[in-house]
Parts: sequence; structure tokens; C-alpha cells
Amino acid sequence: MFTFIIRRLVQTIPVLIGVTILTFSMIHLVPGDPAQIMAGESASPQQVELMRERLGLNDPIPVQYFDYVSGVLQGDLGNSVRSGRAVSDEIAIRIRPTVELATMSTALSVFIGLIAGVLAAVRRNTFGDTFIMLVALFGLSMPNFWLGIMLIQYLAIGVDIFGFNTGIFAASGWGTWQQQVLPVITLGVAGAAIIARMTRSSMLEVIDQDYIRTARAKGVKERVVVYRHALKNAMIPVVTVVGLQFGSLLGGAVLTESVFAINGLGRFMIDAIRARDFPIMQGGVLVLAFMFVSVNIVVDILYRFLNKRIDLN
Amino acid sequence: MVKPTDILKEEPILEVRNLQTSFFTEKFEVKAVDGVNFAVPKGKTLGIVGESGSGKSITSLSILRLIQNPGKIIGGEILFKGENLLDKSEAQMRRVRGNEISMIFQEPMTSLNPVYTVGQQISESYRIHQNIGKKEAMLRSIDMLKLVGIPSPEQRVKQYPHELSGGMRQRVMIAMALACDPELLIADEPTTALDVTIQAQILELMKELQQRLGMSIVMITHDLGVVAETCDYVAVMYMGKVVEYAKVADLFKNPKHPYTVGLLNSLPRHDIDLGDEELTVIKGSVPSPDNMPKGCRFAPRCPFASEICVEQLPDLEQSEDGNQIRCWIYTDEWDGDPEVKVNG
Ligand SMILES: Nc1ncnc2c1ncn2[C@@H]1O[C@H](COP(=O)(O)OP(=O)(O)OP(=O)(O)O)[C@@H](O)[C@H]1O
Ligand SMILES: [Mg+2]
Repeated sequence: MFTFIIRRLVQTIPVLIGVTILTFSMIHLVPGDPAQIMAGESASPQQVELMRERLGLNDPIPVQYFDYVSGVLQGDLGNSVRSGRAVSDEIAIRIRPTVELATMSTALSVFIGLIAGVLAAVRRNTFGDTFIMLVALFGLSMPNFWLGIMLIQYLAIGVDIFGFNTGIFAASGWGTWQQQVLPVITLGVAGAAIIARMTRSSMLEVIDQDYIRTARAKGVKERVVVYRHALKNAMIPVVTVVGLQFGSLLGGAVLTESVFAINGLGRFMIDAIRARDFPIMQGGVLVLAFMFVSVNIVVDILYRFLNKRIDLN
Repeated sequence: MVKPTDILKEEPILEVRNLQTSFFTEKFEVKAVDGVNFAVPKGKTLGIVGESGSGKSITSLSILRLIQNPGKIIGGEILFKGENLLDKSEAQMRRVRGNEISMIFQEPMTSLNPVYTVGQQISESYRIHQNIGKKEAMLRSIDMLKLVGIPSPEQRVKQYPHELSGGMRQRVMIAMALACDPELLIADEPTTALDVTIQAQILELMKELQQRLGMSIVMITHDLGVVAETCDYVAVMYMGKVVEYAKVADLFKNPKHPYTVGLLNSLPRHDIDLGDEELTVIKGSVPSPDNMPKGCRFAPRCPFASEICVEQLPDLEQSEDGNQIRCWIYTDEWDGDPEVKVNG
């Protein structure tokens, strides 16, 4: 297992090199002159030239790349064109809400998804199964910004029922639990639905296996058969989905961050793209890619931990 | 009607009376087990033979009440040490399973849970049925592996099923089944999936363990060679019914039912593997469950079938040598050739 982790870490080095090449080239691949774009349309030729010098765009490309990578390795991602502050500081402020939001909503999805999926599977083809799967389909097809707006409407702004106002949660920001509940639900619902469906089909496959019959023949309680013998096997394909989902939430919670006015990385990146703030875009993509790769490693380790049959060495 | 215990010289440990198990599919009811009778003598081995689909596995799963939807036990009695298992609660049944009656299965490759070690899976039996700790259970698991002839058991307990060969896995299954010292072991084609040399080893092991531990065995197989080697009594099943139930020596010396005779004639030589071809001596094939013959189930394939065979289902009756047979030829009602010689 230890050698596997080392090997897996070594494998990510080329991936990370590829990512730096990609983020480095971003600035050269967009049409137009990056110095002109960043200096602004009304900038004088001198200002543009100054910008070009500041960005090191006059050096040969390999030198530029080398400078870029050595900067990255020292934690220097350049400075924001708009604010002039270090990109790493700007990202550090915004990354916490994003990571927290992604973690909490993934945890919620896994918790609800697993329970719902198992319950549906053990009640296969009954009313309970159909009902759970219908709710899951609903959760899956509901756009999450709409869910966010509804939650704000009824649980943040609230309505009066018998003199009691249902607006118990906050509608914007990130920090207190009142602020966290609604965005976590908003982002977690779709994931819960996907995991529930995956878990159900995976459980149905596992529950008919011979080793489940063996467990029953041993005198194992049905509850233990389901949770100890079946679920552990059924989890194997689910883990991959959870990992992918978590990774995409890290970069893609833009809508939810906007609806709830959360100062997160997703929203920040969109703003940076709009403002052509290249250093922020580069830094943001790099950080996201790094987190995605890390999540993948964790998923691989978990997968291997669950599935004894694969031998990656 | 005859009682299944009538032919036993020994006390029965298990007696199955008129067991009926059906699967309720959308279109029709599949009577997988349709009034099965047999008894298992204490400390001895009963063989159950029959072609694929005759209901052997469903019979054995019914005994432990492990039939899953859409299957259902719809009638009969399963008397284990005099108590009807069909009257027991689910919790009481759990105390029987793996403790008093154990089972090993046809498919050693898939019958062990891939995500737990061999030791964890054997230990589980101890931890369920005998109130002992993890460490102690693991030690006993090692002893069990030693008993079933697995080399270096201390290492093996830590391995996962995929690290073991088919024969080793079946030994692990046997170790798991015998862990809590059951009085009855149901072995559902324990050697079918294994190659010939391993088959012989496993059968030898089971015989040896029976002598040492004194349990009774139900040996399910479609191989009459296995019956000859390991069983004391044998029930021949065809389409969910017992058609002949006899002492093993009698069955081989003087088979009575035309189906049994067909099976014996097609007995494969042990040195060649004919696979599924081995039963082609009996002409035709098993009718589909929606097209169940209304008389004797075997009539459409029977070379001796006469009018009464097609019209009416014969009962299981005692024959003159004390065995039991379900065939019109041996009754007074027989309307075919009075001189017919089934095994001539
Ligand atoms: N889940 C099910 N749904 C419908 N019918 C079933 C089901 N399981 C078994 N049966 C029916 O029960 C009959 C008996 O099956 P069983 O598995 O007991 O046969 P068997 O004698 O053990 O055969 P084999 O030698 O192949 O193991 C089969 O013919 C099949 O039609
Ligand atoms: Mg079978």
C-alpha cells in the first residue's frame, strides 16, 4: 500500500508539469496582445510596453516558462492586474469557502445518497423503492440555482406560519452555520440523487451474488448482510463517482456561490476572466488542477483500499 | 403413502415431507420443488441426484429457508431433530444456519466475499454462534484451515479469496461450514466446478471429516459416480419430484425407475470429461415449466410410457426390496407390457 501511494504520487509529476505548461500558455494562446489587453484599451503605447516588460514577455518563451515555474515552486503566482496584490493571497482568501462548501455538500450527498440507495435496493420494486427513485430523479433534474433561490425564498426570507417565521437561515455570505446550511443543501441535492441511483444499482447487482447467499447461510443477520457484506462491495464503483463529483464542485460551484453571494474561488475566477486578469486566471486554474489531482489520488487510494482484487503494482 | 423414514436403518436427523417451493414469475408459477420427500440418516450421507434444473439446489436452499423472492416455500414440513423448521421464527432460523445445519455451494470461485480475508469470513461464524472474541475466533479459524488441509494456515487466514485457487477456496468454504460443528452439512455440488484431481481430494476430505466429526451429509450432485463413492442412500430427482429413493447399493444393482436407468447408462467414465453431454442417452430434454406434463413428469421421455403414465401422476410407493419408487410399472394399475424389463 505504501509503495502504491509513492508510485501514485510520482505519477502525478508529469500531470502537474502538463498543467503548468497549459496555464503558462494560456496567456499566449488568447488572440491579441496580452500586454495590450491587460494594460487596458485606453493605455498609451508606453504603458503597454511597461506592462510587457513587467510580465517578462520580451524574453524567449523557454526562459519565460522557466521563470514561471520557478516562481510557482516558490509560491509566487504573480500579482493581480486589477488589485496589484499577490495572486496567492487573493486565492487563499477565496479558497476556504469553496473547499468548505464542496466538502460539506459532498458529505451530505454521500450520507443521504448511500442511505437512500441502500433503502431503495433492499425494497426493490416496491412502493418505497419507486418513491425514493422518483425523489432522486426530481433532485437530479432540478437546476440547483433554482433550488437555491427557492430555499432563500422560503427558509431565509421566510413566510409566516401561525406567527412563526420560517426564515431561520441566512441568504448570503459564508462563515456561520446559518449561512452554510442553504448553499450546502443546494449543492448537495443533485449529488445525493446521483449517488442514490448509483448505490441502488450497484447494491442490486451485489445482493444477488453467491457470497451474499453464503453470508445468509452462515446465520448472519439480514441487516449485517446488507451493510457489512453487500454495501462494502457496492461502494467500490460509488467511490469513483463521489471523487469526480467532489472535484467538479471545487471548480464548478459558481452558480451557487453567486446565488448565495459567497466569496469563493468559482465566482472570483469568473470575475477574473471578465476582467482579463491573466495572473489570477493562471493561478486559479493551477490551484484547481492541483486540488483535482490530489482528490484523485485520495480516491484511488480509497478505491484500492475497498477493492482487494485490483493490483496496481 | 410411504414415509421417507421407512427405508432408513438409522435414526433420521432430517426428514423432508412433501416440500413444495415455487417461483412466482409474471406469467406462471414455476414449481421448482413439487412435493419432495426424503430423510437423512444420522451420521450418514444421503445423495440427491438429478439433471440440471431438477430442483436440487432449491430443495437445499429451502431446508435452510434461504429462498429469495420471487420464490416461496408453499407447503410441506422440514423436520430437523423432530422440529419443523418451517415453524421457526427468523431469529431461531439464524441460530440453525451455520451452526446446526451448514451449507457449501457449487461455485467456490464466487461464494466467498471478495473484500474480506479468509480469516475474517471464518471468524464471523464463530462470532455469530459462539460468544467469543476476535482473537480467539481467528485462532480457531487457523485450526479449521489446518483441519481442511490448507498448508501454512497462519498466512492463509490473512489472504483474500482472489489469492486462492478454486480447490483452496472450496476447502475454505468447508472450513467455514464446519466451524461451529454442525450436525448436518448440505453440500450442493461441492466439486462440480473443480477439475478431476481436485474433485477427488475434496470428496476424500469430506469423507474423512465426516468420520472424524460424525456429521450427517446431504450430497447434491448430478454425478452418479460421486454417489457411488460417498453416499449411503440416494434420492433421484426429476422435475421437482423424487422419483426413486433407495439404498445406494440397491440403486446401482437394481435401478427401477426408467429415468434412473437412463442416468446409470449415461454414467460418464471418470477419466474423460463429457461435460453437459453426459446425459444425452436419455432422449429429449426436460420440458419447460409452463408445459408441465400432467401425468408422470418423465412420461414424454420415457421409452416405456403407456396410457396411464401420460394421464396420471404416480405416487411414491414402497417396492418389494424396501426402497421407494414413483413409477406405474411397479403398480397393479400398470396397463403396459406386463413383461416389461426396465433395467434388462
Ligand atoms: N429465481 C428463479 N426464478 C424462477 N425460477 C427459478 C429460479 N430459481 C430456480 N428456478 C427454477 O427452479 C428449477 C430448479 O432449479 P435448481 O437450481 O434447484 O436446479 P438444480 O437441480 O440445482 O440444477 P443444477 O444441477 O443446474 O444446479 C429450475 O428449473 C428453474 O426453472
Ligand atoms: Mg444446483
